[in-house]
Amino acid sequence: MDGEAVKTVSPCQSGISHEAQDYRSEVKPVWCPGCGDYSVLAALTNALADLNLPPEEVALVSGIGCSSRIPAYTNVYGFHGVHGRALPVATGLKLARPDLTVLVASGDGDGFSIGGNHFLHACRRNVDMTYIIMDNQVYGMTKGQASPTTDPGWTGSDLTPEGSGINPFQPLVIALAAGANFIARCFSGEPVHLAETIVEAIKHPGFSIIQVLSPCVTFRPEQRAWKDFIRPVEDNYATDMRSAAKRLLNDDGFTIGQVLYKGDRKAYRCQPKADLTIAQLTEEFEL
Amino acid sequence: MNTQSVSVVLAGSGGAGVITAGTILLEAAGEAGWYAYMTRSAGAQIRGGEATATLRFSHSPLFCQDDQSQLLVGIDWQNLGKYAKEMALSSTGLIVTDPAQGAVPDQILASGAAVYNIAFKKMARSVAGGRPNMLAVGAIAKVIGLPVEAIAAVLEKILGYKGEAVLTSSLDAVKLGMELAADIPSRPVVGGVAKTETGKRWTITGNKGVGLGVIRGGVRYVAAYPITPATEILEWLAPALDRVGGALVQVEDELASINHILGASYGGVPAMTATSGPGLALMTESIGLGVAAELPVVIVNVMRGGPSTGIPTKAEQSDLNIALHGLHGDAPHIVLGANSVTDCIFTAQWSVHLAETLQVPTILLSDQGLGQAQAVVDKPREFTFDTRRLVAESPPMTGKYQRYQATESGVSEMAIPGTTGCQYTADGLEHAESGLPSSMESDHLMQLKKRLRKLVTYDYGDYWADIEGEGEVAVLTWGSCTPAAREALARLKAKGQNFKLISIGLLSPVLPDKFAQAMAGVKKVLVVEQSFSAQFLHNLKSAYPLPAEVKSFARPGPLAIKPGEICEQLESWR
Repeated sequence: MDGEAVKTVSPCQSGISHEAQDYRSEVKPVWCPGCGDYSVLAALTNALADLNLPPEEVALVSGIGCSSRIPAYTNVYGFHGVHGRALPVATGLKLARPDLTVLVASGDGDGFSIGGNHFLHACRRNVDMTYIIMDNQVYGMTKGQASPTTDPGWTGSDLTPEGSGINPFQPLVIALAAGANFIARCFSGEPVHLAETIVEAIKHPGFSIIQVLSPCVTFRPEQRAWKDFIRPVEDNYATDMRSAAKRLLNDDGFTIGQVLYKGDRKAYRCQPKADLTIAQLTEEFEL
Repeated sequence: MNTQSVSVVLAGSGGAGVITAGTILLEAAGEAGWYAYMTRSAGAQIRGGEATATLRFSHSPLFCQDDQSQLLVGIDWQNLGKYAKEMALSSTGLIVTDPAQGAVPDQILASGAAVYNIAFKKMARSVAGGRPNMLAVGAIAKVIGLPVEAIAAVLEKILGYKGEAVLTSSLDAVKLGMELAADIPSRPVVGGVAKTETGKRWTITGNKGVGLGVIRGGVRYVAAYPITPATEILEWLAPALDRVGGALVQVEDELASINHILGASYGGVPAMTATSGPGLALMTESIGLGVAAELPVVIVNVMRGGPSTGIPTKAEQSDLNIALHGLHGDAPHIVLGANSVTDCIFTAQWSVHLAETLQVPTILLSDQGLGQAQAVVDKPREFTFDTRRLVAESPPMTGKYQRYQATESGVSEMAIPGTTGCQYTADGLEHAESGLPSSMESDHLMQLKKRLRKLVTYDYGDYWADIEGEGEVAVLTWGSCTPAAREALARLKAKGQNFKLISIGLLSPVLPDKFAQAMAGVKKVLVVEQSFSAQFLHNLKSAYPLPAEVKSFARPGPLAIKPGEICEQLESWR
């Protein structure tokens, strides 16, 4: 297992130039009107068109939840698995098929609650893939329950009528501590910035994570006001973990930026020796 | 089948080198042209608990332990008395003990076996670098008549790299052990003639056999999370896969293992994982995803005592129900049982073949008894399967590509990422033929039928069961009880009593026609299994019509079911 320091993203070799719509399927999303995830879908297809990646050489893996419905809305190879397990599916796929561009889509419940352990270990392992988490601080598909990123005082759910009472999960701080090397935050209301960030994340040779603030207008209508809180990062965050940690910890969660932290740890990959036949392998059993 | 054999138990605290000594004796038996079979038993302690190696030697192939042992050598005793039943020492047997290590436990003395003293620890000090376990190797070799040259050859092989001094002191310790056992009555291996040709026999464990089988089947990606007693499969596969161009990745938990291999398989690379009961329980949700999304994967479960953490170091066949019925929804999948150390190789290879051919998760059940057993065997027959996944061509021949097309066979073309024009989304949601989510009853029924059809219409050939002998009474069994049943029937045949053996390897799906054919003329059935609640019997009853007279011989682990017990069950049933 060794890493590679630089990465080349190969655009389509056939001379075909792809438009964003070439990455979009004909399937109509199940999302509510006004959902932030529509912008994420648009930004994603724009990013893929910008990179001009052959659609068949891209795989988009997801778990369960509103945002995890995204693969079927694209024209790339999709995998819509079980709740919380998108990252291990994607890791197995990428390690077995390093030639593919592997993207992972998730929500705050799928990614940080039921899939929380995989999140930590995906950051640690640093396999070359891009993780896009659409964070709306609520379980939308099950009609509005508190998620790990929900404010402890939010009383909008019958499951926790007095609020969850527990502190929100800080995904990017945790990602940094767990070893993630490319950490960004975007807002679905800033789709151009999001598309540019996805492009950079795909180009990054290792695990890249983008937290996308993507409002749920149905169960968290107050999130419509997010557009007023969003502010761009003043300068690119430093490339050392200490100052990145300090700034992330002091942040209110509404600073968006393409590079909140970027490290240079080598990506994990499998490089088999492949120097024996199976017959040679069995010699150890011979008496 | 020759049942003339000698069985030896080597016991001591963990760290006394019992397993190492056992392995040396086993391989030396192989060098001498004998056959041998070794099972391991250990307490829960990582270091310092009790450990035993039970070795059976013969001039004919062996696949299970005998009813009783003839020699018990204790390097030390600790709390080994409580395992007297597992040691099954014959009343005419011999006990060799080191007087400085305390008295032989009463439960062991109760066998009536004669006691002989060898001061292993004290005498080991008389040889530079000598260890008590090497003296024990010598003592055992002397009693059973294993030539010192065979031991020397094995020591050369495993210690040669440590240099002449280490090799000499080990061999000196073995020779000293032989001298010290000069007065102990011999218990030689008799009957048949030792084979002397070399290069035609193997020594292998069930766990390594599974590893070899999946590699032969084409597996090139393995996700691993350590668990007793499956870890040795993964530890063997890690370097082996690397050498043949695959990869093993240690992951964060069993939820990750199963999903890793689903991802790799989706990418077109045959994939597997190995675990034990607790891990299988964690994986079941995602195995269901593999059924729905029609992704070939192999999950090996090396069973141990359950429920919960149970008895991690000892065998039981009690994960049959979860393997067959553990998935939610109507989720047809394949379940196979390996039924001997060498069959672990075949069944593992076949499991990959079936998974890939039928695009379905396949659970292979082994157990601690098989997995950690090591045997000297004739070189196992090598099988060749034409294993090819039905994949979509690029571009689709006609119309739009439909991943889950309801074909006649039920198997549909799978598009591997990279294939132009066939992009689809693999989904755990019920879907239409295209793969797009659908909650319509017509799509659901169509896909349910498709997923069942591909399994029940496939021709599994003769591999579904081992059917041997003829008789109106049949022994129905599976997995690790099979070698004991086979030996029991051979003993009875020698007495002129004929029975039929049916050992089922394909536990799911059920094959009513083949079963009826196998059962033709059978009037009574003895069902043998290592499960307290008789899981195998109840599954047989729900799947197949059984004759009116059915007798169950079901016992939980960790005591292995012995040939003599099966003989007794049959002979007392008139």
